[in-house]
Amino acid sequence: MNPARKRTVRLVVALSAAVLLASALIYTSFSAASPALTPSQLVHQAQAGRTYQVTGTVVQGSVRREGGVLDFSVEDRAGGTAIPLAYTGTVPDPFREGREVIVTVEKRGGRFVGERNSLITKCPSKYKTAPASERQNY
Amino acid sequence: MSLVVAILTLVLLAVVLLVVSAPLRAAQRSRRESGGYSPAEPDRGGADLERDELEAAREAKYREIRDAELDYRTGKLSREDYESIDSALRAEALEILNRLETSAG
Amino acid sequence: MAGLGRACLLLALAVCAYGVWASIYGVRSGRLEFSVSGRRSVYALAGILTVAFVVLEIAFLRNDFTFNTVADTSSRTTPAAYRASAVWASQEGSLLLWAWLLSLWSSLALFLTRDRMRDVAAYATAILLGFGGFFISLMLFYANPFATTHPAPAEGQGLDPLLRFPTMMIHPPMLYSGYTLCTIPLAFGMGALLARRLDADWIKAIRRFAFAAWLFLGVGILLGARWSYAELGWGGYWGWDAVENASLMPWLTGTAFLHSLMIQEKRGMLKVWNVSLVLATGTLAIMGTFLVRSGILSSIHAFGGATLGVPFVALIGILIAGSIYLVVSRRDMLRSQHRLDSLLSRESIFLANNLVFVGLCFVIFWGTYFPLISEALTGQEASVGPPWFDRYTVPLALILVLLSGIGPVIAWRRATLANAWRNFLAPLTFALLTLLVLLAAGIADKPGAIAMFCIAAFVFGSIGQEFFRGVRARRAMAGERMPVALLALVRRNRRRYGGYIVHLGIAVIFIGVAASSSFQHASELGLSPGRSTHVGAYTIRYVRPTATITPKYDAAHTGSTLSLGAVLDVSKGGRHVATLNPSQGFYASQDASQGSVGSLIGGQPVSHISMDAGVTRDIWSAIQPNIEAPQIKRILTAGNRTLTPEDALVAIGVLARTYLQHPPTAQFHFIVSPLVMWIWIGGLIVFGGGLVAIWPAPSAVRRRVAARSRARAVRGLARA
Repeated sequence: MNPARKRTVRLVVALSAAVLLASALIYTSFSAASPALTPSQLVHQAQAGRTYQVTGTVVQGSVRREGGVLDFSVEDRAGGTAIPLAYTGTVPDPFREGREVIVTVEKRGGRFVGERNSLITKCPSKYKTAPASERQNY
Repeated sequence: MSLVVAILTLVLLAVVLLVVSAPLRAAQRSRRESGGYSPAEPDRGGADLERDELEAAREAKYREIRDAELDYRTGKLSREDYESIDSALRAEALEILNRLETSAG
Repeated sequence: MAGLGRACLLLALAVCAYGVWASIYGVRSGRLEFSVSGRRSVYALAGILTVAFVVLEIAFLRNDFTFNTVADTSSRTTPAAYRASAVWASQEGSLLLWAWLLSLWSSLALFLTRDRMRDVAAYATAILLGFGGFFISLMLFYANPFATTHPAPAEGQGLDPLLRFPTMMIHPPMLYSGYTLCTIPLAFGMGALLARRLDADWIKAIRRFAFAAWLFLGVGILLGARWSYAELGWGGYWGWDAVENASLMPWLTGTAFLHSLMIQEKRGMLKVWNVSLVLATGTLAIMGTFLVRSGILSSIHAFGGATLGVPFVALIGILIAGSIYLVVSRRDMLRSQHRLDSLLSRESIFLANNLVFVGLCFVIFWGTYFPLISEALTGQEASVGPPWFDRYTVPLALILVLLSGIGPVIAWRRATLANAWRNFLAPLTFALLTLLVLLAAGIADKPGAIAMFCIAAFVFGSIGQEFFRGVRARRAMAGERMPVALLALVRRNRRRYGGYIVHLGIAVIFIGVAASSSFQHASELGLSPGRSTHVGAYTIRYVRPTATITPKYDAAHTGSTLSLGAVLDVSKGGRHVATLNPSQGFYASQDASQGSVGSLIGGQPVSHISMDAGVTRDIWSAIQPNIEAPQIKRILTAGNRTLTPEDALVAIGVLARTYLQHPPTAQFHFIVSPLVMWIWIGGLIVFGGGLVAIWPAPSAVRRRVAARSRARAVRGLARA
């Protein structure tokens, strides 16, 4: 095989490998991803075994700590169905009732369980379109 | 307060205009003096650009020669491979040197 | 004074517009004085923006609350140092910082190239001024740092307590320097394509700019990781957060570029690849800025509010379209002059590492922008988490480190196969020994970490061998003693040996990362005083609670009204190891509805973690005291009912005393991570090595070397 042919073959092989790997990557990302839902959507759409990223407001009076588990409920920003969930892991400093949070949950046996260390809390101050400096703790 | 602001702004504007227009004024001056167009700074035209390019290429080639020697001395190349690479590099270096001489002369 | 600032912005925009026109007119008409004028516009821009920046700084330092941005991010109680850095805590302030840094770095770059590459530099000037004009327009029309309110409010909102850390003062300017420095190679790359000149001169200049970008961006990323780890109540240094990833992506392509540029320099190959990399790096840097500023991706850094989204998307669109057009229309001048001599060559290894870097960048890009991609493709926004990122980046990182161990052993152009095999012997043996030691130590269950340790050992062996052989060769040639020979070797071959040092540092960093990820012990639990818990091999005992109050107008500290914490005793096998005192600071909020006492401590609480950092491990602790405990709440409600805001501090004193006397169970978070310190040490090695590699040899040495090489080249011809 002449050198030019060898080079073309190498190029084709390399490109095919890249395309294959990229496809594998893209395919798995869709199945591994957690859809972002509000609590009201979560109630209707959640299937057991899949993880979801729920954005909601912490319901007043719903926060309880027992052992290493933080129990609280989230509802839509506009109010509505409150979903109780049990969370273990780091609790960000700004976390409190009435604040907006994002947490990754999984439906297990009728209950929603928060994924470890996935809780993010938004600080209510309006100037939180922040530079890279403002990590809201996580 | 706004009078101070106005004055400072004008000063800033003046400085900026001075700095930015300096080459234009210099070119105009030299044109008037020499009676024809000649740019503010010596025109490093195509030949000079080529010279810069060749000098940079020469430096890069010298570095390659030294790299090859270091490769040989640290045991990455056999003697035959080294000599063949070395003479190829030197031939390329000479070519650049010749082109440099012709462009200067 | 805000008027002066506003005038500066308008003047700056005018200068940008003039400079763009002048540079392009100058280069196209041949009337050089206009190009020079264009370059001076950049200097003028730097001057104007410096004045603007100083005006804003003074406003912050003087607590001039007529400035909206000062009122929003600072307060009288904020310490002076943090007031100075609060300038870039807001949207508008950070835009000004970006534009200012851009003008400074551009001035430097154009000053350094003022005698060479006239045409390329002229186009680059126009592009850089274009960027400047973009950011200044954003300030003028969307987020003006000099917007004022009259009359001024009596007190500002105060700086977010999360930002009151020294590292946070340096992190944004460092990172923004990195981002703005990335636009300079972009500008010179586009300039070269526009001027149709891509040559050795360009390579020399752009290597310097790309290296500066690499250095600042890398340091900025590392500082961010360190800040996250050492200051936040999370205890991690990397979370695959969108904003973290946004800064990593241009760094990856920039590193790839620094390597592949060498191939272009030696063989005239990969021109299209290099130009694409340089354009991609600049575009990714702009995208990174956009990610952080626009809040388009919910990350912990920003929660929506995309006011700047549209202009940025437009800019990025123009950059991508422009880049593609330029590369395609200039493809004739981008043809390779040579081909790879052999697959067994250092050029080939560099090519492989480039592919891995780009692959890594693609994975991170896909994962970071996935919420937008999935929404566009499926209508449902979804996101991927750290496990997904880890799954793909870990193997790629392993390959990357492995390549950095293979490269040093292979010669440029065409390596001798037999020699290569022989040269791998020592490093491979070292790696195998490491593997045996690890297995013997009983760590068989963490394959990823073991792989990384062995590969790192391979790298140490390979690079160590290079230094050894180099010194030996030098001594054979010049008969110097060992230390002198080593110094001379590095000084005469800075790029090679500096590069080796960088790779050593990278291997060290990854050892730290692998150890601290795989062998970490963490625990979250509630403890009351006197109780203890076991974390890893250590026993941690809650000795006693702490409570400190800082007076309302305290200028020296972080300004928290109340700070509750604990004293912890850490011991191992009965022997005392360390004393930790984590705490949580409760700050004043501006929320009157929380009550006179409640508003003193109702602001965002901030964890002050306590850590014992060691060479072999870090012991990290954080506390969340229970401020909702009944005895505390009772005092709060009573105080809110009976005390006025001026007297409310008394209640806080009572609160503190109560906490000390009847401490409720507090939530603790403990982490014992091995070898974390080596991540930072490795970082120092990496950037030190980088500086060695880029440092120019003194001109006397260069002249001597050039003369000798010339003589030898001529001799070679005579022989042939």
